[in-house]
Amino acid sequence: MALMTDRKRVIGLGSAKSGTDHFWKTTVTAVALLIITPMFLFSFGPLLGEPYADVQAALSRPFPAVSAALMLIVGFYHFRLGIQMVIEDYMQGLSRKIAIIVMACISYGLMAFGLVSLAQIAL
Amino acid sequence: MVQFTLPRNSKIITGKTWPKPEGATNVRKFQIYRWNPDDGKNPQVDTYFVDMDTCGPMVLDALIKIKNEIDPTLTFRRSCREGICGSCAMNIDGINTLACIYGMDEIKGDVKIYPLPHMPVVKDLIPDLTHFYAQHASIMPWLETKTQRPEKEWRQSIEDRKKLDGLYECVMCASCSTSCPSYWWNGDRYLGPAALLHAYRWLIDSRDEATGERLDELEDPFKLYRCHTIMNCAKTCPKGLNPAKAIASIKKMMVERQL
Repeated sequence: MALMTDRKRVIGLGSAKSGTDHFWKTTVTAVALLIITPMFLFSFGPLLGEPYADVQAALSRPFPAVSAALMLIVGFYHFRLGIQMVIEDYMQGLSRKIAIIVMACISYGLMAFGLVSLAQIAL
Repeated sequence: MVQFTLPRNSKIITGKTWPKPEGATNVRKFQIYRWNPDDGKNPQVDTYFVDMDTCGPMVLDALIKIKNEIDPTLTFRRSCREGICGSCAMNIDGINTLACIYGMDEIKGDVKIYPLPHMPVVKDLIPDLTHFYAQHASIMPWLETKTQRPEKEWRQSIEDRKKLDGLYECVMCASCSTSCPSYWWNGDRYLGPAALLHAYRWLIDSRDEATGERLDELEDPFKLYRCHTIMNCAKTCPKGLNPAKAIASIKKMMVERQL
């Protein structure tokens, strides 16, 4: 164990002077999802199991298409913020940093994949 | 990394069962965590039997009786025996609380007593609170002013003084911080509910002039934002305080100064 005072151990590298931005973005996206999720479920839910042509026609209309796009963008962005919090809680050191990068790639990758798929169907 | 199992030398084994008091008719069983740093053995749970007809009503009364009459090596902290010093905080029947104000009538079955969770143990029921106290010191738990000191006192309105109620009563027993999973996993960097409750006590004090500096120091993903509103702190506080609400208020102040 390093010889250092208890106070020095608590101070560590000092305050990061950040965190509020992450907290506020999580809060804003959570509130947004309270509105977007029902919009998405009511517009996309009835399409499950329907013929492709009907789904394509539905997603060509603005409301279902915008609902699905918002769900993908805000949902995956909120997921990225949340999963970073979980990783910070349970992992440490280099594995923490790698996990945050990997999960950010997965989140934005899934978001992009969803948006391209939506565009292909709707346009 | 989070550890979900105890290291081999920390696994708790069954310890000594002490004899029942002779002639007693109203006997209660106590299972108490024991660990001695000097004998090199694993921690163990000893079993004691206490004659409740000759014992006071609180858990601390039973602990003192065990120490005086059965096993003088049982080690625990205690001082005021009325819930104001915070010394006798321990885990009783699965709850972090003060032994001196926790009645044995609130416990069903055997009385199980352990030290505060997830802290290094000094001996038996005594946790090492060095880091906890250093965290408290780091939030500057004093009135910080820049204006020239007034001739008499720093004045405060009755309404502003009322804002300190529910905050100043904290006795720093560490029951809340040691009940918090975020503090268990990241206690080296997360300040914990007790230190943050004290931080808010000074942030909300109308006489304090270091509000900005205090918020600057707290604005950190680990010092403050490890709180996920789990609320164990509020549930366990033996003084009935609500550290989670104080932390939420600090987060609100952080947003207030940005938007």
